[in-house]
Amino acid sequence: MRTFLLFQRLLIKMNDLNDISLSEIIKLIKSKKISSLELANHFINNIKKAKKLNSFITTCFDQTIKDSKSFDKKQNFDGLLPGIPIAVKDLFCTKNIKTTAGSKILENFVPTYESTVTNNLWKEGAILLGKLNCDEFAMGSSNETSFFGNVVNPLENNFVPGGSSGGSATALAASLTPATIGTDTGGSIRQPASFTGTVGLKPTYGLCSRWGIVAFASSLDQAGPMTKNVEDCALMLEAMSGYDKKDSTSINRKKENYFKNLKKSIKGIKIGIPKEYRVDNMPKEIEQLWKNGIDILKKSGAKIIDISLPHTKYALPTYYIVAPAEASSNLARYDGIKYGYRSKKGNNLIEMYEHTRAEGFGDEVKRRVLIGTYVLSSGYYDAYYLKAQKVRKLIKGDFDNSFKKVDAILTPSTPSSAFKIGEKTNDPISMYLNDIFTVPVNLAGLPAISIPAGKDHKGHPLGLQLISKALEEQKILNIAFAMEKEIDFKQSLNRWWE
Amino acid sequence: MPIDKNQVKKVAKLSRISLDDSKLESLSKDLVSILNFVEQLNKLDTNEIKPLTSIIDKSLDTRDDTVSEGQIKDQILKNSPEKNEDFFIVPKVVD
Repeated sequence: MRTFLLFQRLLIKMNDLNDISLSEIIKLIKSKKISSLELANHFINNIKKAKKLNSFITTCFDQTIKDSKSFDKKQNFDGLLPGIPIAVKDLFCTKNIKTTAGSKILENFVPTYESTVTNNLWKEGAILLGKLNCDEFAMGSSNETSFFGNVVNPLENNFVPGGSSGGSATALAASLTPATIGTDTGGSIRQPASFTGTVGLKPTYGLCSRWGIVAFASSLDQAGPMTKNVEDCALMLEAMSGYDKKDSTSINRKKENYFKNLKKSIKGIKIGIPKEYRVDNMPKEIEQLWKNGIDILKKSGAKIIDISLPHTKYALPTYYIVAPAEASSNLARYDGIKYGYRSKKGNNLIEMYEHTRAEGFGDEVKRRVLIGTYVLSSGYYDAYYLKAQKVRKLIKGDFDNSFKKVDAILTPSTPSSAFKIGEKTNDPISMYLNDIFTVPVNLAGLPAISIPAGKDHKGHPLGLQLISKALEEQKILNIAFAMEKEIDFKQSLNRWWE
Repeated sequence: MPIDKNQVKKVAKLSRISLDDSKLESLSKDLVSILNFVEQLNKLDTNEIKPLTSIIDKSLDTRDDTVSEGQIKDQILKNSPEKNEDFFIVPKVVD
Protein backbone atom coordinates (compact mmCIF):
# COMPACT_ATOMS: atom_id res chain seq x y z
CA MET A 1 0.00 0.00 0.00
CA ARG A 2 2.77 2.35 0.94
CA THR A 3 4.62 1.76 -2.33
CA PHE A 4 1.39 2.31 -4.18
CA LEU A 5 0.87 5.65 -2.48
CA LEU A 6 4.42 6.69 -3.24
CA PHE A 7 3.95 5.68 -6.83
CA GLN A 8 0.78 7.72 -7.07
CA ARG A 9 2.56 10.73 -5.62
CA LEU A 10 5.27 10.43 -8.23
CA LEU A 11 2.63 10.32 -10.91
CA ILE A 12 1.16 13.57 -9.66
CA LYS A 13 4.53 15.29 -9.87
CA MET A 14 4.98 14.11 -13.44
CA ASN A 15 1.46 15.09 -14.29
CA ASP A 16 2.51 18.57 -13.29
CA LEU A 17 0.35 20.58 -10.96
CA ASN A 18 0.70 23.52 -13.32
CA ASP A 19 -1.70 22.03 -15.81
CA ILE A 20 -4.55 21.05 -13.54
CA SER A 21 -7.41 23.09 -12.17
CA LEU A 22 -8.18 24.11 -8.60
CA SER A 23 -11.03 21.58 -8.45
CA GLU A 24 -8.66 18.79 -9.47
CA ILE A 25 -6.09 19.89 -6.89
CA ILE A 26 -8.80 19.79 -4.23
CA LYS A 27 -9.62 16.19 -5.23
CA LEU A 28 -5.94 15.25 -4.83
CA ILE A 29 -5.73 16.84 -1.41
CA LYS A 30 -9.01 15.30 -0.23
CA SER A 31 -7.86 11.83 -1.27
CA LYS A 32 -4.53 12.53 0.46
CA LYS A 33 -2.55 12.05 -2.74
CA ILE A 34 -0.86 15.33 -2.01
CA SER A 35 -0.40 17.36 1.15
CA SER A 36 -0.99 21.03 1.71
CA LEU A 37 2.74 21.43 2.38
CA GLU A 38 3.67 19.81 -0.94
CA LEU A 39 1.27 22.12 -2.70
CA ALA A 40 2.63 25.16 -0.89
CA ASN A 41 6.19 24.22 -1.83
CA HIS A 42 5.20 23.71 -5.44
CA PHE A 43 3.68 27.18 -5.79
CA ILE A 44 6.44 28.85 -3.74
CA ASN A 45 8.97 27.34 -6.15
CA ASN A 46 7.04 28.62 -9.13
CA ILE A 47 6.82 32.09 -7.60
CA LYS A 48 10.55 32.21 -6.85
CA LYS A 49 11.31 31.41 -10.50
CA ALA A 50 8.90 34.05 -11.84
CA LYS A 51 10.57 37.32 -10.78
CA LYS A 52 10.55 38.52 -14.40
CA LEU A 53 6.76 38.63 -14.38
CA ASN A 54 6.73 41.01 -11.38
CA SER A 55 3.31 39.77 -10.32
CA PHE A 56 3.95 39.78 -6.56
CA ILE A 57 4.43 42.81 -4.32
CA THR A 58 4.73 40.83 -1.07
CA THR A 59 5.22 37.15 -0.26
CA CYS A 60 4.81 35.50 3.13
CA PHE A 61 6.32 32.05 2.52
CA ASP A 62 7.31 31.33 6.14
CA GLN A 63 3.71 31.82 7.19
CA THR A 64 2.46 29.79 4.18
CA ILE A 65 4.65 26.83 5.15
CA LYS A 66 3.64 27.08 8.80
CA ASP A 67 -0.07 27.24 7.92
CA SER A 68 0.13 24.34 5.47
CA LYS A 69 1.93 22.17 8.03
CA SER A 70 -0.72 22.86 10.61
CA PHE A 71 -3.42 22.15 8.03
CA ASP A 72 -1.84 18.75 7.29
CA LYS A 73 -2.09 17.86 10.99
CA LYS A 74 -5.87 18.33 10.98
CA GLN A 75 -7.82 15.10 10.92
CA ASN A 76 -11.04 16.18 9.32
CA PHE A 77 -11.74 19.28 7.35
CA ASP A 78 -14.71 19.91 5.13
CA GLY A 79 -14.15 23.47 3.93
CA LEU A 80 -14.35 24.34 0.22
CA LEU A 81 -10.63 25.15 -0.09
CA PRO A 82 -8.85 22.55 2.07
CA GLY A 83 -5.22 23.60 2.59
CA ILE A 84 -5.09 25.40 -0.76
CA PRO A 85 -2.38 28.07 -1.07
CA ILE A 86 -3.75 31.21 -2.72
CA ALA A 87 -2.36 34.63 -3.59
CA VAL A 88 -4.67 37.67 -3.58
CA LYS A 89 -4.68 41.13 -5.13
CA ASP A 90 -2.90 43.67 -2.95
CA LEU A 91 -6.10 45.65 -2.58
CA PHE A 92 -7.46 43.28 0.10
CA CYS A 93 -6.34 44.17 3.60
CA THR A 94 -4.58 41.23 5.21
CA LYS A 95 -3.88 41.25 8.93
CA ASN A 96 -0.19 41.75 9.73
CA ILE A 97 0.74 41.46 6.04
CA LYS A 98 1.65 44.60 4.14
CA THR A 99 -1.15 45.93 1.92
CA THR A 100 -0.11 48.59 -0.59
CA ALA A 101 -2.87 48.94 -3.23
CA GLY A 102 0.06 49.34 -5.64
CA SER A 103 0.77 52.81 -4.21
CA LYS A 104 3.75 54.52 -2.68
CA ILE A 105 1.40 56.19 -0.21
CA LEU A 106 0.67 52.76 1.34
CA GLU A 107 4.15 51.35 0.75
CA ASN A 108 4.58 50.40 4.42
CA PHE A 109 0.97 49.97 5.50
CA VAL A 110 0.40 46.84 7.61
CA PRO A 111 -3.32 46.38 8.38
CA THR A 112 -4.33 45.29 11.85
CA TYR A 113 -7.47 43.67 10.43
CA GLU A 114 -8.50 41.22 7.71
CA SER A 115 -10.91 41.95 4.83
CA THR A 116 -14.15 39.98 5.01
CA VAL A 117 -13.63 38.37 1.60
CA THR A 118 -10.12 37.07 2.36
CA ASN A 119 -11.28 35.99 5.80
CA ASN A 120 -14.02 33.94 4.09
CA LEU A 121 -11.33 32.17 2.03
CA TRP A 122 -9.24 31.34 5.11
CA LYS A 123 -12.34 30.02 6.88
CA GLU A 124 -12.80 27.60 3.97
CA GLY A 125 -9.24 26.34 4.47
CA ALA A 126 -7.22 28.47 2.04
CA ILE A 127 -3.71 29.67 2.95
CA LEU A 128 -2.11 32.96 1.86
CA LEU A 129 0.89 32.84 -0.52
CA GLY A 130 1.33 36.56 -0.96
CA LYS A 131 -0.06 39.80 -2.35
CA LEU A 132 -0.40 40.47 -6.05
CA ASN A 133 0.60 43.54 -8.00
CA CYS A 134 -2.12 45.80 -9.40
CA ASP A 135 -2.61 49.25 -10.86
CA GLU A 136 -2.29 51.96 -8.23
CA PHE A 137 -5.59 52.02 -6.28
CA ALA A 138 -6.93 49.78 -9.09
CA MET A 139 -6.85 52.75 -11.48
CA GLY A 140 -5.62 51.40 -14.79
CA SER A 141 -6.20 48.84 -17.52
CA SER A 142 -2.67 47.52 -18.04
CA ASN A 143 -1.02 47.25 -14.62
CA GLU A 144 1.39 49.99 -15.69
CA THR A 145 0.35 52.51 -13.02
CA SER A 146 1.62 50.40 -10.09
CA PHE A 147 4.31 52.05 -7.95
CA PHE A 148 5.94 48.60 -7.89
CA GLY A 149 6.40 48.43 -11.64
CA ASN A 150 4.44 46.90 -14.47
CA VAL A 151 3.44 43.24 -14.59
CA VAL A 152 4.31 41.13 -17.63
CA ASN A 153 1.84 38.90 -19.46
CA PRO A 154 3.09 35.28 -19.24
CA LEU A 155 1.91 34.72 -22.81
CA GLU A 156 4.60 36.95 -24.25
CA ASN A 157 7.29 39.20 -22.84
CA ASN A 158 6.69 42.96 -23.37
CA PHE A 159 2.91 42.56 -23.34
CA VAL A 160 0.63 43.83 -20.58
CA PRO A 161 -1.58 41.41 -18.65
CA GLY A 162 -4.39 43.98 -18.51
CA GLY A 163 -5.53 45.64 -15.32
CA SER A 164 -6.14 46.60 -12.75
CA SER A 165 -5.98 42.99 -11.47
CA GLY A 166 -2.96 42.35 -13.71
CA GLY A 167 -0.81 40.65 -11.08
CA SER A 168 -3.71 38.33 -10.29
CA ALA A 169 -4.22 37.41 -13.96
CA THR A 170 -0.52 36.83 -14.58
CA ALA A 171 0.01 34.79 -11.40
CA LEU A 172 -2.98 32.62 -12.28
CA ALA A 173 -2.08 32.07 -15.94
CA ALA A 174 1.54 31.31 -14.99
CA SER A 175 0.38 28.83 -12.29
CA LEU A 176 1.92 30.80 -9.43
CA THR A 177 -1.41 30.36 -7.64
CA PRO A 178 -4.15 27.80 -8.41
CA ALA A 179 -6.87 30.48 -8.27
CA THR A 180 -7.07 34.09 -7.13
CA ILE A 181 -9.32 37.00 -6.39
CA GLY A 182 -9.39 40.48 -7.84
CA THR A 183 -11.59 43.54 -7.78
CA ASP A 184 -13.58 45.00 -10.66
CA THR A 185 -14.67 48.66 -10.78
CA GLY A 186 -14.94 49.01 -14.56
CA GLY A 187 -13.54 45.75 -15.91
CA SER A 188 -10.52 45.12 -13.69
CA ILE A 189 -11.24 41.38 -13.37
CA ARG A 190 -12.76 40.63 -16.77
CA GLN A 191 -10.29 42.54 -18.99
CA PRO A 192 -7.11 40.95 -17.52
CA ALA A 193 -8.86 37.55 -17.56
CA SER A 194 -9.53 38.09 -21.26
CA PHE A 195 -5.89 39.15 -21.87
CA THR A 196 -4.45 36.04 -20.18
CA GLY A 197 -6.82 33.27 -21.28
CA THR A 198 -8.42 32.84 -17.87
CA VAL A 199 -11.91 33.06 -16.36
CA GLY A 200 -12.97 36.12 -14.34
CA LEU A 201 -16.30 37.00 -12.76
CA LYS A 202 -17.58 40.31 -11.45
CA PRO A 203 -20.45 39.54 -9.07
CA THR A 204 -23.63 41.54 -8.48
CA TYR A 205 -22.93 44.71 -6.50
CA GLY A 206 -23.41 43.70 -2.86
CA LEU A 207 -22.81 39.94 -3.23
CA CYS A 208 -19.26 40.08 -1.87
CA SER A 209 -18.43 42.32 1.05
CA ARG A 210 -16.34 45.42 0.35
CA TRP A 211 -15.24 45.65 3.98
CA GLY A 212 -11.45 45.77 4.25
CA ILE A 213 -10.86 46.34 0.54
CA VAL A 214 -8.97 49.56 -0.27
CA ALA A 215 -11.76 51.72 -1.74
CA PHE A 216 -11.62 53.21 -5.24
CA ALA A 217 -15.21 53.96 -6.36
CA SER A 218 -17.62 52.67 -3.75
CA SER A 219 -20.76 52.40 -5.89
CA LEU A 220 -18.90 50.35 -8.53
CA ASP A 221 -16.25 48.27 -6.70
CA GLN A 222 -16.85 44.51 -6.37
CA ALA A 223 -14.49 41.67 -5.53
CA GLY A 224 -14.64 38.49 -7.59
CA PRO A 225 -12.86 35.24 -8.51
CA MET A 226 -10.25 34.67 -11.24
CA THR A 227 -9.68 31.03 -12.14
CA LYS A 228 -8.54 28.59 -14.81
CA ASN A 229 -12.01 27.29 -15.60
CA VAL A 230 -15.70 27.88 -14.90
CA GLU A 231 -16.01 25.11 -12.31
CA ASP A 232 -13.23 26.71 -10.23
CA CYS A 233 -14.93 30.07 -10.65
CA ALA A 234 -18.18 28.74 -9.16
CA LEU A 235 -16.24 27.26 -6.26
CA MET A 236 -14.29 30.43 -5.49
CA LEU A 237 -17.41 32.61 -5.75
CA GLU A 238 -19.16 30.34 -3.29
CA ALA A 239 -16.21 30.58 -0.91
CA MET A 240 -15.78 34.37 -1.01
CA SER A 241 -19.39 35.66 -1.19
CA GLY A 242 -21.92 36.17 1.57
CA TYR A 243 -23.68 38.78 3.67
CA ASP A 244 -21.55 40.97 5.90
CA LYS A 245 -23.09 43.38 8.36
CA LYS A 246 -19.91 45.46 8.26
CA ASP A 247 -20.69 46.50 4.65
CA SER A 248 -23.89 48.57 4.60
CA THR A 249 -24.45 47.71 0.91
CA SER A 250 -24.03 43.96 1.42
CA ILE A 251 -27.09 41.95 0.29
CA ASN A 252 -28.61 39.83 3.04
CA ARG A 253 -29.63 36.53 1.49
CA LYS A 254 -28.96 32.83 1.76
CA LYS A 255 -25.60 31.69 0.40
CA GLU A 256 -25.82 29.78 -2.87
CA ASN A 257 -24.10 26.53 -3.83
CA TYR A 258 -22.80 27.69 -7.18
CA PHE A 259 -20.40 24.77 -7.47
CA LYS A 260 -22.84 21.98 -6.70
CA ASN A 261 -25.57 23.52 -8.84
CA LEU A 262 -23.40 23.95 -11.91
CA LYS A 263 -24.99 22.30 -14.93
CA LYS A 264 -24.25 22.30 -18.62
CA SER A 265 -27.75 22.10 -20.03
CA ILE A 266 -28.84 25.46 -21.39
CA LYS A 267 -31.59 24.30 -23.73
CA GLY A 268 -34.20 26.95 -24.35
CA ILE A 269 -32.25 29.69 -22.61
CA LYS A 270 -32.61 33.11 -24.26
CA ILE A 271 -29.43 35.01 -25.10
CA GLY A 272 -29.47 38.67 -26.16
CA ILE A 273 -27.00 40.10 -28.67
CA PRO A 274 -26.79 43.89 -28.26
CA LYS A 275 -26.23 45.65 -31.57
CA GLU A 276 -24.55 48.64 -29.88
CA TYR A 277 -21.54 46.49 -28.95
CA ARG A 278 -20.61 46.31 -32.65
CA VAL A 279 -18.36 49.34 -32.27
CA ASP A 280 -16.55 51.21 -35.04
CA ASN A 281 -13.17 49.80 -35.96
CA MET A 282 -13.76 46.56 -34.10
CA PRO A 283 -11.11 44.08 -35.24
CA LYS A 284 -12.45 41.34 -37.54
CA GLU A 285 -11.08 38.74 -35.14
CA ILE A 286 -13.28 40.00 -32.33
CA GLU A 287 -16.34 39.99 -34.59
CA GLN A 288 -15.52 36.42 -35.62
CA LEU A 289 -15.04 35.40 -31.99
CA TRP A 290 -18.44 36.80 -31.10
CA LYS A 291 -20.06 35.03 -34.06
CA ASN A 292 -18.46 31.74 -33.02
CA GLY A 293 -19.84 32.22 -29.51
CA ILE A 294 -23.31 32.77 -30.92
CA ASP A 295 -23.00 29.60 -33.05
CA ILE A 296 -21.94 27.56 -30.04
CA LEU A 297 -24.90 28.81 -28.03
CA LYS A 298 -27.29 27.98 -30.89
CA LYS A 299 -25.79 24.51 -31.12
CA SER A 300 -26.34 24.02 -27.40
CA GLY A 301 -30.02 24.78 -27.77
CA ALA A 302 -30.08 28.43 -26.73
CA LYS A 303 -32.31 30.93 -28.46
CA ILE A 304 -30.54 33.99 -29.87
CA ILE A 305 -32.39 37.30 -29.74
CA ASP A 306 -31.22 40.66 -31.10
CA ILE A 307 -31.53 43.37 -28.49
CA SER A 308 -30.69 47.03 -28.13
CA LEU A 309 -28.93 48.80 -25.26
CA PRO A 310 -29.25 52.29 -26.75
CA HIS A 311 -27.19 54.21 -24.17
CA THR A 312 -24.12 51.97 -24.36
CA LYS A 313 -21.93 54.63 -25.96
CA TYR A 314 -22.52 56.93 -23.01
CA ALA A 315 -21.30 54.37 -20.46
CA LEU A 316 -17.60 55.21 -20.66
CA PRO A 317 -18.04 59.00 -20.34
CA THR A 318 -20.46 58.40 -17.45
CA TYR A 319 -17.95 56.13 -15.78
CA TYR A 320 -15.17 58.71 -16.12
CA ILE A 321 -17.26 61.16 -14.14
CA VAL A 322 -18.71 58.84 -11.48
CA ALA A 323 -15.55 56.80 -10.75
CA PRO A 324 -13.16 59.78 -10.36
CA ALA A 325 -15.76 61.65 -8.27
CA GLU A 326 -16.01 58.76 -5.84
CA ALA A 327 -12.25 58.22 -5.94
CA SER A 328 -11.52 61.85 -5.05
CA SER A 329 -13.72 61.47 -1.97
CA ASN A 330 -12.34 58.05 -0.99
CA LEU A 331 -8.72 59.09 -1.42
CA ALA A 332 -9.15 62.19 0.74
CA ARG A 333 -8.20 59.93 3.68
CA TYR A 334 -4.54 59.78 2.57
CA ASP A 335 -3.31 62.79 4.50
CA GLY A 336 -0.01 61.53 5.95
CA ILE A 337 -1.35 61.58 9.48
CA LYS A 338 -3.22 58.43 10.49
CA TYR A 339 -1.37 55.97 8.28
CA GLY A 340 0.70 55.81 5.11
CA TYR A 341 3.48 57.91 3.67
CA ARG A 342 4.21 61.44 4.97
CA SER A 343 6.34 63.99 3.14
CA LYS A 344 9.17 65.73 4.99
CA LYS A 345 8.44 68.92 3.04
CA GLY A 346 6.04 71.75 3.88
CA ASN A 347 6.02 74.46 6.52
CA ASN A 348 2.53 73.90 7.85
CA LEU A 349 -0.27 71.34 7.95
CA ILE A 350 -1.79 72.21 4.55
CA GLU A 351 1.59 72.15 2.81
CA MET A 352 2.37 68.84 4.44
CA TYR A 353 -0.89 67.40 2.99
CA GLU A 354 -0.09 68.79 -0.43
CA HIS A 355 3.44 67.40 -0.57
CA THR A 356 2.43 64.06 0.93
CA ARG A 357 -0.20 63.55 -1.76
CA ALA A 358 2.00 64.91 -4.57
CA GLU A 359 4.83 62.53 -3.65
CA GLY A 360 2.63 59.60 -2.61
CA PHE A 361 0.27 59.38 -5.61
CA GLY A 362 1.24 58.47 -9.17
CA ASP A 363 0.17 60.40 -12.28
CA GLU A 364 -2.99 58.42 -13.11
CA VAL A 365 -4.27 58.66 -9.53
CA LYS A 366 -3.62 62.41 -9.55
CA ARG A 367 -5.46 62.81 -12.85
CA ARG A 368 -8.50 61.02 -11.45
CA VAL A 369 -8.50 62.84 -8.11
CA LEU A 370 -8.30 66.18 -9.95
CA ILE A 371 -11.07 65.25 -12.39
CA GLY A 372 -13.19 63.99 -9.49
CA THR A 373 -12.65 67.13 -7.46
CA TYR A 374 -13.45 69.26 -10.49
CA VAL A 375 -16.74 67.51 -11.38
CA LEU A 376 -17.90 67.74 -7.76
CA SER A 377 -16.80 71.33 -7.25
CA SER A 378 -19.19 74.20 -6.77
CA GLY A 379 -20.66 75.38 -10.07
CA TYR A 380 -19.81 72.18 -11.97
CA TYR A 381 -21.63 69.52 -9.94
CA ASP A 382 -24.88 69.69 -11.92
CA ALA A 383 -23.20 69.81 -15.30
CA TYR A 384 -21.05 66.77 -14.68
CA TYR A 385 -21.86 64.60 -11.67
CA LEU A 386 -25.63 65.00 -11.62
CA LYS A 387 -25.75 64.60 -15.39
CA ALA A 388 -23.72 61.39 -15.15
CA GLN A 389 -26.00 59.94 -12.47
CA LYS A 390 -28.98 60.63 -14.74
CA VAL A 391 -27.33 58.87 -17.66
CA ARG A 392 -26.40 56.02 -15.35
CA LYS A 393 -30.11 55.61 -14.68
CA LEU A 394 -30.73 55.33 -18.42
CA ILE A 395 -27.95 52.74 -18.80
CA LYS A 396 -29.40 50.65 -16.00
CA GLY A 397 -32.85 51.05 -17.58
CA ASP A 398 -31.53 49.62 -20.88
CA PHE A 399 -30.46 46.45 -19.08
CA ASP A 400 -33.71 46.23 -17.08
CA ASN A 401 -35.69 46.37 -20.33
CA SER A 402 -33.54 43.76 -22.04
CA PHE A 403 -33.82 41.29 -19.20
CA LYS A 404 -37.60 41.27 -19.71
CA LYS A 405 -36.83 39.51 -23.00
CA VAL A 406 -33.63 37.54 -22.42
CA ASP A 407 -31.91 35.50 -19.70
CA ALA A 408 -28.40 36.68 -20.45
CA ILE A 409 -26.43 38.89 -22.84
CA LEU A 410 -23.37 37.83 -24.83
CA THR A 411 -20.69 40.37 -25.84
CA PRO A 412 -16.94 40.39 -26.44
CA SER A 413 -15.02 41.12 -23.20
CA THR A 414 -12.58 43.60 -24.71
CA PRO A 415 -12.16 45.46 -28.01
CA SER A 416 -8.65 44.00 -28.52
CA SER A 417 -6.22 41.39 -27.23
CA ALA A 418 -3.30 42.27 -24.90
CA PHE A 419 -1.23 45.21 -26.15
CA LYS A 420 2.43 46.06 -25.75
CA ILE A 421 3.85 47.61 -22.59
CA GLY A 422 4.04 51.37 -23.10
CA GLU A 423 1.76 51.36 -26.15
CA LYS A 424 -1.08 53.33 -24.55
CA THR A 425 0.50 55.12 -21.59
CA ASN A 426 0.70 58.51 -23.27
CA ASP A 427 -2.98 58.82 -24.04
CA PRO A 428 -5.40 58.32 -21.12
CA ILE A 429 -8.44 58.12 -23.43
CA SER A 430 -7.04 55.29 -25.56
CA MET A 431 -6.32 53.42 -22.34
CA TYR A 432 -9.85 54.06 -21.05
CA LEU A 433 -11.38 52.65 -24.27
CA ASN A 434 -10.19 49.18 -23.21
CA ASP A 435 -13.10 49.02 -20.81
CA ILE A 436 -15.79 49.93 -23.32
CA PHE A 437 -17.57 46.53 -23.03
CA THR A 438 -17.07 45.99 -19.31
CA VAL A 439 -17.94 49.38 -17.78
CA PRO A 440 -21.73 49.34 -18.44
CA VAL A 441 -22.07 46.27 -16.20
CA ASN A 442 -20.51 48.07 -13.21
CA LEU A 443 -22.69 51.13 -13.75
CA ALA A 444 -25.76 48.86 -13.59
CA GLY A 445 -24.47 46.76 -10.66
CA LEU A 446 -24.88 43.51 -12.60
CA PRO A 447 -22.90 40.25 -12.62
CA ALA A 448 -20.77 39.31 -15.65
CA ILE A 449 -18.24 36.62 -16.47
CA SER A 450 -15.45 36.59 -19.05
CA ILE A 451 -14.32 33.26 -20.45
CA PRO A 452 -11.48 32.54 -22.89
CA ALA A 453 -13.09 31.92 -26.28
CA GLY A 454 -10.36 32.02 -28.91
CA LYS A 455 -7.08 33.53 -30.03
CA ASP A 456 -6.05 36.29 -32.40
CA HIS A 457 -3.43 36.04 -35.19
CA LYS A 458 -0.65 36.58 -32.62
CA GLY A 459 -1.88 33.61 -30.63
CA HIS A 460 -3.10 35.90 -27.84
CA PRO A 461 -6.32 34.94 -26.07
CA LEU A 462 -9.64 36.74 -26.48
CA GLY A 463 -12.61 36.57 -24.13
CA LEU A 464 -16.38 36.57 -24.38
CA GLN A 465 -18.57 38.14 -21.72
CA LEU A 466 -21.92 36.93 -20.38
CA ILE A 467 -24.10 39.36 -18.41
CA SER A 468 -27.25 38.57 -16.41
CA LYS A 469 -29.77 40.21 -14.16
CA ALA A 470 -28.65 41.01 -10.60
CA LEU A 471 -28.05 37.91 -8.44
CA GLU A 472 -28.28 35.43 -11.32
CA GLU A 473 -24.63 34.38 -11.14
CA GLN A 474 -25.69 30.74 -11.35
CA LYS A 475 -27.25 31.35 -14.74
CA ILE A 476 -24.16 32.90 -16.34
CA LEU A 477 -21.94 30.28 -14.70
CA ASN A 478 -24.07 27.53 -16.27
CA ILE A 479 -24.02 29.13 -19.71
CA ALA A 480 -20.27 29.69 -19.43
CA PHE A 481 -19.84 26.07 -18.33
CA ALA A 482 -21.70 24.84 -21.41
CA MET A 483 -19.77 27.15 -23.74
CA GLU A 484 -16.43 26.25 -22.21
CA LYS A 485 -16.93 22.58 -23.08
CA GLU A 486 -17.70 23.40 -26.72
CA ILE A 487 -14.96 26.02 -27.13
CA ASP A 488 -12.32 23.71 -25.65
CA PHE A 489 -9.83 26.56 -25.25
CA LYS A 490 -6.28 25.32 -24.73
CA GLN A 491 -3.27 27.32 -23.68
CA SER A 492 0.14 25.93 -23.00
CA LEU A 493 2.87 28.27 -21.87
CA ASN A 494 6.54 27.43 -22.38
CA ARG A 495 7.43 29.11 -19.06
CA TRP A 496 9.98 31.40 -20.79
CA TRP A 497 10.32 33.47 -17.62
CA GLU A 498 11.89 30.68 -15.57
CA MET B 1 -11.75 74.52 -23.63
CA PRO B 2 -13.45 73.03 -20.57
CA ILE B 3 -10.63 73.89 -18.15
CA ASP B 4 -7.63 76.26 -18.20
CA LYS B 5 -4.34 76.22 -16.31
CA ASN B 6 -5.57 78.51 -13.55
CA GLN B 7 -8.55 76.27 -12.93
CA VAL B 8 -6.25 73.23 -12.82
CA LYS B 9 -4.19 75.03 -10.15
CA LYS B 10 -7.35 75.77 -8.19
CA VAL B 11 -8.55 72.15 -8.40
CA ALA B 12 -5.11 70.93 -7.30
CA LYS B 13 -5.38 73.23 -4.29
CA LEU B 14 -8.85 71.84 -3.48
CA SER B 15 -7.45 68.29 -3.88
CA ARG B 16 -4.52 69.10 -1.59
CA ILE B 17 -1.99 68.00 -4.22
CA SER B 18 0.97 70.33 -4.76
CA LEU B 19 1.62 70.86 -8.42
CA ASP B 20 4.92 71.71 -10.04
CA ASP B 21 4.76 74.27 -12.85
CA SER B 22 6.72 71.79 -14.95
CA LYS B 23 3.88 69.27 -14.67
CA LEU B 24 1.06 71.77 -15.10
CA GLU B 25 1.27 71.84 -18.91
CA SER B 26 0.95 68.09 -19.55
CA LEU B 27 -1.57 67.56 -16.78
CA SER B 28 -3.81 70.36 -18.08
CA LYS B 29 -3.67 68.79 -21.53
CA ASP B 30 -4.76 65.42 -20.11
CA LEU B 31 -7.59 66.94 -18.10
CA VAL B 32 -8.85 68.87 -21.13
CA SER B 33 -8.94 65.70 -23.20
CA ILE B 34 -10.74 63.73 -20.47
CA LEU B 35 -13.30 66.49 -19.94
CA ASN B 36 -13.88 66.83 -23.69
CA PHE B 37 -14.47 63.09 -23.76
CA VAL B 38 -17.02 63.07 -20.93
CA GLU B 39 -18.85 66.07 -22.36
CA GLN B 40 -20.36 63.74 -24.97
CA LEU B 41 -23.08 63.33 -22.36
CA ASN B 42 -24.37 66.80 -23.22
CA LYS B 43 -25.79 65.35 -26.44
CA LEU B 44 -28.39 63.56 -24.33
CA ASP B 45 -31.48 65.33 -23.09
CA THR B 46 -31.91 64.25 -19.46
CA ASN B 47 -34.28 66.94 -18.21
CA GLU B 48 -37.01 64.45 -17.36
CA ILE B 49 -34.67 61.84 -15.85
CA LYS B 50 -34.22 61.41 -12.12
CA PRO B 51 -30.61 60.73 -11.14
CA LEU B 52 -29.65 57.30 -9.88
CA THR B 53 -29.09 57.36 -6.16
CA SER B 54 -28.51 53.69 -5.35
CA ILE B 55 -27.61 50.74 -7.50
CA ILE B 56 -29.27 48.11 -5.32
CA ASP B 57 -32.90 47.84 -4.25
CA LYS B 58 -32.39 48.20 -0.56
CA SER B 59 -32.30 50.94 1.98
CA LEU B 60 -29.13 51.19 3.97
CA ASP B 61 -29.00 49.11 7.13
CA THR B 62 -29.16 50.84 10.46
CA ARG B 63 -27.62 49.57 13.66
CA ASP B 64 -27.68 50.35 17.35
CA ASP B 65 -25.21 53.00 18.36
CA THR B 66 -23.10 50.77 20.55
CA VAL B 67 -19.41 49.95 20.73
CA SER B 68 -18.66 46.76 18.75
CA GLU B 69 -14.89 46.60 18.79
CA GLY B 70 -13.44 48.99 21.34
CA GLN B 71 -10.12 49.33 23.10
CA ILE B 72 -8.01 49.14 19.95
CA LYS B 73 -6.09 52.38 20.43
CA ASP B 74 -2.74 50.69 19.83
CA GLN B 75 -3.95 49.22 16.55
CA ILE B 76 -5.28 52.58 15.39
CA LEU B 77 -2.01 54.35 16.16
CA LYS B 78 0.20 51.55 14.84
CA ASN B 79 0.52 52.77 11.24
CA SER B 80 0.85 56.47 12.01
CA PRO B 81 3.97 58.07 10.51
CA GLU B 82 4.39 60.15 13.66
CA LYS B 83 2.83 59.62 17.07
CA ASN B 84 3.42 60.41 20.70
CA GLU B 85 1.83 58.29 23.39
CA ASP B 86 -1.89 58.44 22.58
CA PHE B 87 -1.71 61.13 19.91
CA PHE B 88 -1.14 61.56 16.20
CA ILE B 89 1.48 64.26 15.69
CA VAL B 90 0.80 66.92 13.04
CA PRO B 91 2.74 70.03 12.01
CA LYS B 92 1.97 73.07 14.14
CA VAL B 93 -1.45 74.53 13.28
CA VAL B 94 -1.74 77.49 15.69
CA ASP B 95 0.91 80.17 16.02
